[in-house]
Amino acid sequence: MSASNPAGSGSGAVREPPFASDWWARAGWLLLAAYVVYALSTLDFTWQRFVEGLAHAQKFLARMLPPSFEQWEAILKGMKESLEIAVLASAGGIALALPLGLLAARNLMPAGVSWTARAVIALCRAFHPVIVAIVFVKAIGFGAMAGIMALVVASVGFIGKLFAEAIEEISLKQVEAVRASGAGFMNVIAYGVLPQVLPRFIGFATYQFDSNVRNSTMVGIVGAGGIGAPLFVAFQRFDYDVVCAILLAIIAVVFVCEVVSTRIQKVFAQ
Amino acid sequence: MLQGISLEIAPRGVTAIIGPSGTGKSTLIRCINRLVEPTSGSILFEGRDLTRLNARELRLARRQIGMVFQEYNLVERLTVMENLLTGRLGYVSAFNAWLRRYPPADIERAFALLDEVGLGGFARQRADSLSGGQRQRVGIARAIMQEPRLLLADEPTSSLDPKTSVEIMDLLRDAAARHGIPVLVNMHDVDLARRFADRIIGMSGGQVVFDGPPAQLSDDRLREIYGGEGWLQ
Repeated sequence: MSASNPAGSGSGAVREPPFASDWWARAGWLLLAAYVVYALSTLDFTWQRFVEGLAHAQKFLARMLPPSFEQWEAILKGMKESLEIAVLASAGGIALALPLGLLAARNLMPAGVSWTARAVIALCRAFHPVIVAIVFVKAIGFGAMAGIMALVVASVGFIGKLFAEAIEEISLKQVEAVRASGAGFMNVIAYGVLPQVLPRFIGFATYQFDSNVRNSTMVGIVGAGGIGAPLFVAFQRFDYDVVCAILLAIIAVVFVCEVVSTRIQKVFAQ
Repeated sequence: MLQGISLEIAPRGVTAIIGPSGTGKSTLIRCINRLVEPTSGSILFEGRDLTRLNARELRLARRQIGMVFQEYNLVERLTVMENLLTGRLGYVSAFNAWLRRYPPADIERAFALLDEVGLGGFARQRADSLSGGQRQRVGIARAIMQEPRLLLADEPTSSLDPKTSVEIMDLLRDAAARHGIPVLVNMHDVDLARRFADRIIGMSGGQVVFDGPPAQLSDDRLREIYGGEGWLQ
């Protein structure tokens, strides 16, 4: 009886509906949808534009093929430099992110320390690596050094934040036991904290290394060393076959690095 | 939460604290090594007031106080040997601890203790591969590794089945006796307390309401500690 009576008024007691309706959430979704429509209308994002663009893309792609590896020495040199930037930036970033992430963990540090460390990390994350790279190029001049420093900043921001979060999720029971034995602070970190977060830390670090390899190919565009510079020049000269060769080289390197970092993660997986 | 408690723990034997959940048994034990900070009162250990120690003195005092936990609190991803050597961390520099460079005597002792708790051959196994009973054996060995002058045990058998509980209490009592360490243990299993303790302290509502040998723990006294009737039949 009451099942056929949605208001429930027929069978006496009025029950509250089983699921609360959240009008704030509904209003939020509606607002988002309205904004998407508005943004589309202002940005000339139309089907016609897309179809016109396709013809252009066809010409562009045709000029890319076949790729030209004539400048293979320059490509090799650029890739080598990019990879070096990525490796050095990852090493530096990891070395800095480890203590910084530890200081930022709210469950181990007093509020003053953790908020300061969090502020530094947030600052590192505030800008895209390319913008940071521009700043460093202006500050210390063209070359790989600026690229390395830009990616160190990016690495510290990323690994530091995730590492701090990983530490905040550890089991404090294990830490408590180490502490109860009379271990000093550094020993508590080494035995109670790090074993719990090591695999995740390795995961973040290898992920950031992958990311640094990709970013190191890009910082060259703003003059911070690596393969980016020849890529940018080739684009500007409309040497699309050279562009294609460089892109293939980047794909190959990124792919190899992914395989390597997957291997590294497996070693530390458990 | 705890109030008006005045106890003196004998330098040998097993003293058990019993009482209903939430009465402060755990808090009492944890106040001793200050995993919980007491708000007032004093705790005398080896002639010093533990509540007045600064951070460094507290660390040194904690080396003298071993602790066994309800949920074992082993470092899960470390090996059994590494967990045992955690008991020596108060004596080893961070650098040496990081490189796993312990005095040979510590290693010797760890192997001997592993045999003693029945886990010979488990040294390189990881803690998270052990069963509950095995973990608590490691927990006990880790505490004894400290060569403590007092062993605290916070509900050491509450996560274990009845048979394993008896085995663990057996081990705890015998190992402590062999090494001459007094044990202060809190537990909610009255029968286990009766069986293994030399002295039982009954707590209720944050206060001590019984203190005496197991033989004096009559049904009337239990009623006083836990309240109610039905559960006694």
